[in-house]
Amino acid sequence: MRPFRCEPGDFMAQANNARPLSPHLAIWRWGPAMVVSILHRAAGNGLAFGGIALLLWWLGALASGPAAYQTFLHWIWTAEPGNSLQTVTTLLGKLVLVGLSWAFFQHMSSGIRHFFLDVGAGYELEANTRWSLVTLVSGVVLTALFWALLLLR
Amino acid sequence: MGNGTSIGRVRGLGSAKHGSSHWLVQRFTAIGNLILVVWLLASLVMLPGYDYATVHTWLARPFSATAMVLMIVSTFWHARLGVQVMAEDYVHDEGLKFAVLAALNSIPLAAAAFGIICVLRIALGGA
Repeated sequence: MRPFRCEPGDFMAQANNARPLSPHLAIWRWGPAMVVSILHRAAGNGLAFGGIALLLWWLGALASGPAAYQTFLHWIWTAEPGNSLQTVTTLLGKLVLVGLSWAFFQHMSSGIRHFFLDVGAGYELEANTRWSLVTLVSGVVLTALFWALLLLR
Repeated sequence: MGNGTSIGRVRGLGSAKHGSSHWLVQRFTAIGNLILVVWLLASLVMLPGYDYATVHTWLARPFSATAMVLMIVSTFWHARLGVQVMAEDYVHDEGLKFAVLAALNSIPLAAAAFGIICVLRIALGGA
């Protein structure tokens, strides 16, 4: 069920897909700029909730002493031997940390793009698409680079 | 637009005139985030280990503690503004919207207070 939203195929089954879309709100197809735009919001809100929660847990544990910090590490990164629940949460913890770092680098890349859009640059169709794609690539590359530096030192 | 009356603005028929400052502060804090979060990630990469003693010693240094407090202020403020924009786009029920805005005007402040107290405790002794 897609109540108010139509996929291009609904109306354009026979149409040439390369043609520009008419300015109807309901007729659209995904483009790089749209992906980057919604990812910017999703990543930002992910960081606002998940990132801040994890940061405060980390700082709170660090401020509470060695035992509390060790407990934090046991839940997030290295499970205590024999604790099967922590075996699951440490797996999720690593996933969340990689996800949050990607969210940051994606949000940072598209955020820097926003500074250029703010001064009126990069709205031409080709440039807009190109720089949208660049933020997607740099988000992934910077995340990979960060974890490579962190783990392979 | 035009000559909106005061009572019209009170009834929600005009803007609160805070849009520009919201927009600007979102950008100012973005610059802060860019510098401070990159500092945090670079520091994490350069730390020799992630055990309690190593991390605690690092964060207790005046420079690290200062940067961390500034990062908390900058990122939490930025997040609060961003979540508000999302809420304004998706929350249309007036009562719920008020509840969300009330939460956005208290929870980030409480979260920042907790984070800063933690850093101060690490930096100034205690645990």
